[in-house]
Amino acid sequence: MSQVSDQATKRLSDELSNDTLLGWLRSMQLIREFETRTMQAYQQAKIGGFCHIYTGQEALAVGTIGSVNQDDPVITAYRDHGHALARNMDPKVCMAEMYGRITGCAKGKGGSMHMFDKPNHLYGGHGIVGAQTPLGAGLAFAARYEWEVLGTGSKKVCLCYLGDGAIDQGAFHEALNLSAIFSLPVIYIIENNGYSMGTAIHRHSANADNLISRGQSYGIKSIEFDGMDIRNIYDHFRPLVDECRDLQRPGFVDLKTYRYQGHSMSDPQKYRTKDEVDEFKNQDSIANLLDHLMNERGCIDEDGWKAMRKEIAAQVKEAVQFAETSPDPDLSELYTDVFVNPEPNLSPSGDYRHGSKNPLL
Amino acid sequence: MTTTIEHPALDRTETMPTFLPEDQLPAREGDRVIQLREALREAMEEEMRRDERVFLLGEEVAQYNGAYKVSQGMLDEFGPKRIIDTPISENGFAGAAIAAAMAGLRPIVEFMSWSFSLVAADQILNNAPKMLYMSGGQWGCPIVFRGNDGANGQLGSTHSWCVEGLYSNVPGVKIAIPSNAYDAKGLLKTSIRDPDPVFFLESERMLGDKEHVPAEEYYIPFGRARLAREGDACTVVSFGRPVNFCLEAAEKLAGEGIHVDVLDMRTIRPLDIDSVLASVKKTNRLVVVDQSWPFGSPATEVITQVIENGFDWLDHQPVRVNTEDVPTPYAKGLEAAYIPNPGRIYDAIKSVVQS
Repeated sequence: MSQVSDQATKRLSDELSNDTLLGWLRSMQLIREFETRTMQAYQQAKIGGFCHIYTGQEALAVGTIGSVNQDDPVITAYRDHGHALARNMDPKVCMAEMYGRITGCAKGKGGSMHMFDKPNHLYGGHGIVGAQTPLGAGLAFAARYEWEVLGTGSKKVCLCYLGDGAIDQGAFHEALNLSAIFSLPVIYIIENNGYSMGTAIHRHSANADNLISRGQSYGIKSIEFDGMDIRNIYDHFRPLVDECRDLQRPGFVDLKTYRYQGHSMSDPQKYRTKDEVDEFKNQDSIANLLDHLMNERGCIDEDGWKAMRKEIAAQVKEAVQFAETSPDPDLSELYTDVFVNPEPNLSPSGDYRHGSKNPLL
Repeated sequence: MTTTIEHPALDRTETMPTFLPEDQLPAREGDRVIQLREALREAMEEEMRRDERVFLLGEEVAQYNGAYKVSQGMLDEFGPKRIIDTPISENGFAGAAIAAAMAGLRPIVEFMSWSFSLVAADQILNNAPKMLYMSGGQWGCPIVFRGNDGANGQLGSTHSWCVEGLYSNVPGVKIAIPSNAYDAKGLLKTSIRDPDPVFFLESERMLGDKEHVPAEEYYIPFGRARLAREGDACTVVSFGRPVNFCLEAAEKLAGEGIHVDVLDMRTIRPLDIDSVLASVKKTNRLVVVDQSWPFGSPATEVITQVIENGFDWLDHQPVRVNTEDVPTPYAKGLEAAYIPNPGRIYDAIKSVVQS
């Protein structure tokens, strides 16, 4: 913890290169631009179903994913576009999934809530609140088993994200207990945006000002800090990652963040004031990092920032274009991807078979 | 000839075992008589020796040696990293095992009772069977859930579930349900090798049943029913433990000169409807016996498929014998009347062949 307590003079994130931080800035701006376009497409009824926007929380996904290795497993809930992009999913494939196209990451079978990316070790995108938390324990179990029993892998750490709305689910408490007794290298990251859909945290969770006590009650190292400042995230989170990896044990993080948009695209947001939203927009994570890079590091100027935004806007526009022009899944895809080993007589309504290859594989 | 499965959802190419025709399987008669629970144990042990990715987890499977002694001695051979005691936390450990399967391991999850799987319903019904579909073919879920299923131990309503009625409704799972020790071993070995989620339904009432189980390795394919008894008066179709009640009823009927086909389906999904139809074509009569409740049951499905595909061969309306459509009673007499017992099966067959 010396890096953190000493941070007035020297922060762990100071050791990061300009390129790394510029990459994070780029990634955060990509998510923001992507989500703006997502909202437009949703309002035009080009995206269906439930759609949860990540705008406001960008620093959290980018900073935590930026603290682990590329092959560490990551799993999250349904507000998942940010994690997918932070994990380097191609924005084209991500947007195409929401358009329900065959070129999407799940061939149009998953939608907004189910972003899966095997080459980038992103295990979804899960729609049922809290259901991904036992899965996170299992990914850590598998990683530990590969390292310890099979001798085929290195020490890994799984990142399992959940919203503050999921902390009330029984599945989460079972997952914490299992992670503790089996000593599994998984870090549960509470993306605490203060609301369980439209219910404020003090109304949905007991002892809400002390969420880390839940992790602590299972003997899990638990920390809380501001999740709007990406350098602050790295300063606190990276040492925990190293510790959980090294000692192969779980962690628990309560990260305070804020979503600028409603819970989903259909949320009129009557449960919070505009002043409250503006208060958080004033501590915007992208503006915050940009200020540091411009004024303290001097590694980007106004022109550079403008060029970056322009480039990202073009990239996202291209993603939308790709989604717009991609074909829908052929109806023959209805009966594919149900079984790896499709046998006869599994269903009275049709024969299962293998379909077209996933675009990410 | 083994078959090879190459699929992007697998972390490596998988080889499915050789499935011999029924008449080339090792003999069902012999003097290597063991209990059904030992046959299950042998299946797991053989597969765990073959593949280090296979492990067993569940309540009391390790130090307690299994709540029903199925895993007795396995901790000694495989150690605590592969024979894993869990807390009473089905939703948690079922979910963890599902993700471990996604990541490339081959978990066997023991539910002390399938009744307890209901608290893990979200994981076993939403995640295991749908992962391949939701991920567009990126991740499969090669996992086996196994445990006791069915009534008749005076355990009352909550502990006597026959989950096949509920779970067979869900696409993406395979369901195996053996009626004897020989099949139990061969089907469980196939379940462990299969790259898809398998629900393996055992019966606590049968775990102590003894019969010959050959020493040599064998696998029984999914979707291949066994003709357990042959006749021409009626086709009797059943799954799991009630197959034995059907054989009992058939024996009694044989004494009256009525001989019936008894088909042991072995798996519910896939469903070997071809064998059922071939038999119905011969007998023109059908009785289906199933230990779950009648409404939307496997029996209902068999009858529907026969009507859809073999209506013209039927000379009598099909009849189903299910458990009675009430919660499972505790009292011994009530419970015995509740299940599809040999008496009810006898009556059903008689009503079909005499009219």
